[in-house]
Amino acid sequence: MSRNKQLMLLNRLVQAIPIMILATFLVFSLLQLVPGDIAITIAGENASEERIEQIREQYGLNQPFLVQYGNWLLNAVQGDFGESLLSGEPVLDTIARVFPNTLFIVVYGVLLSVIVGVPLGILASSRPNSRLDGTIMGVSSLGVAVPNFWLGMVLVSVFALGWNWFPATGFTAPSESLSSAIWFATLPAIALCTNGVAEVTRQLRSSLVEIHGSQYVRTLHAKGLSPAVILWKHGLKNVSVNLLTVISLLFNKALAATVVVETVFAIPGMGNTIVKAVLESDFPVVQGAVLAMVVTVILVNLLTDLLYTVLDPRIKQV
Amino acid sequence: MTSHAYAATPERVVKEDSLFRKFGQWCRHDKRGATSLVVLLLIIAIAVFAPWVAPYSPTEQDYSKILLEPSMAHWLGTDDLGRDVLSRLIHGASKSVYAAFLAVGVALLIGVPVGLLAGFLGGWVDAGISRVIDTLLSFPAIVLAVAVTGAMGIGLTNAMVSVGIVFSPHLARLIRARTLVVREELYVDAARCFGAPVSRILIRHVTPNAIQPVIVQCTLLLAVALLAEASLSFLGLGVQPPDPSWGQMLARAYMNMEIAPEQMYAPGLAIMVTALTFNTLGESLRVALDPTMKGL
Repeated sequence: MSRNKQLMLLNRLVQAIPIMILATFLVFSLLQLVPGDIAITIAGENASEERIEQIREQYGLNQPFLVQYGNWLLNAVQGDFGESLLSGEPVLDTIARVFPNTLFIVVYGVLLSVIVGVPLGILASSRPNSRLDGTIMGVSSLGVAVPNFWLGMVLVSVFALGWNWFPATGFTAPSESLSSAIWFATLPAIALCTNGVAEVTRQLRSSLVEIHGSQYVRTLHAKGLSPAVILWKHGLKNVSVNLLTVISLLFNKALAATVVVETVFAIPGMGNTIVKAVLESDFPVVQGAVLAMVVTVILVNLLTDLLYTVLDPRIKQV
Repeated sequence: MTSHAYAATPERVVKEDSLFRKFGQWCRHDKRGATSLVVLLLIIAIAVFAPWVAPYSPTEQDYSKILLEPSMAHWLGTDDLGRDVLSRLIHGASKSVYAAFLAVGVALLIGVPVGLLAGFLGGWVDAGISRVIDTLLSFPAIVLAVAVTGAMGIGLTNAMVSVGIVFSPHLARLIRARTLVVREELYVDAARCFGAPVSRILIRHVTPNAIQPVIVQCTLLLAVALLAEASLSFLGLGVQPPDPSWGQMLARAYMNMEIAPEQMYAPGLAIMVTALTFNTLGESLRVALDPTMKGL
């Protein structure tokens, strides 16, 4: 890695720090939105005055907001997000337990988006405004409009309950058995990927159409290169940066979509955990889990920026 | 203004296409856009007039008519509590459409002023606001909406206000970028020279010229908001039973998936068609409003 790139990476890392800090502040501020006295919410409606006071003491709720935030941040940086109000399990343990499951289906879903979307985009761009192009673009607009949890329900009802091809709900950790994990995660990943397939297809189509119309591709045609060589050696190389942007956005979207999709498939993941914690007012879990997701997205964005420089040597400064 | 100047000599009037005429041309030119506009108006009409359009009450239960197949009396059958599915779908339309507009309205109310200020004032205001926008955009959208709803309290209005808050940075970023361009225009300088206060410059001169991409984005966001309402109601954070919304109906259908899988199709398709309509209209608007997109 050249010195220039090292500097750039360092610069990018430094830029990510204020965003991370702001994110922790926003996540902590969520508590301020809770109407009424949060100590009463935690203690329960019929708790005694002493018990409420004790909870205030225990969670530091009698301190000023910024002091509370400072303490929480100090602990969070050391990996201590507190404990679940219900189960008493440390929040970090919960996250460590469920996050790999979520990452597995998200990565699976994003991979499917690329595997299906890239060929569709190439096909559509090969004959712009043809009937084939129209059909592919039509299907991709459906992919954006379909609610992914509903698609999940339809998949379960047809492929799991109807034809028994896949298990209806549940999950196997990839560390236990990879084949079983893939088998369980296939329907959720399909439900997650429709939006991604559509985005990849559209992005690739419009970038490739633009490139096909460019001067240098005309020159390549004139040189007598076959369309396949032009596509693989020149076209895709030039759209890969755009594609990377789409993929990193997809990751963010798929991560968000797990909130509902995991509920449909009863997958013990982050989304499921957040929804349960929200419904049960388990604030430490909500804060920890949301923060873990945000940090992941920020890291993925960082990684994307780094990959830009690998894919496109012209980018010196991000 | 110009038409007034020509008014004295009518034979010299150069006919500027009226808005109506332009609209007519657009309809002929962009059939897909026109169709989506008609479908959307139809859906909104159904939503507004739901109590008159729906054949039955959406909440009245009849245990003698549980899970009936579609028939002349019940076009889409009945659900597991003997309620007419079509009536619930129609009443659900009003909740779902209201929810989508509420969320986008909140996003506009927050995003537009914030974006305008950031772009127009520049300096540390812009730097600060832009950081917050970047940070909020790193939050997976629905996750943040779920967390905010959980904190503010469960219910449709809270849920959609949360979704609006989550959307607002998208709009703020968009209008900030436009404002950066518009604020350099001569007419803004002119207004400033006349001593117009910042608020007037922003409202009268900058906003009308920076709002165009926001209008397009709002149409697209309506689709996202509709999907978000469905998701949040499905999770039990939005519309509460027995009130129907499309997401709520899907939650009910999910519980009965093994005995009555067909219950999930009507609300799911309704969501998909409405979201598709918003998206198609948004894309058409983008092309119609942006001259550089013509021919693509």
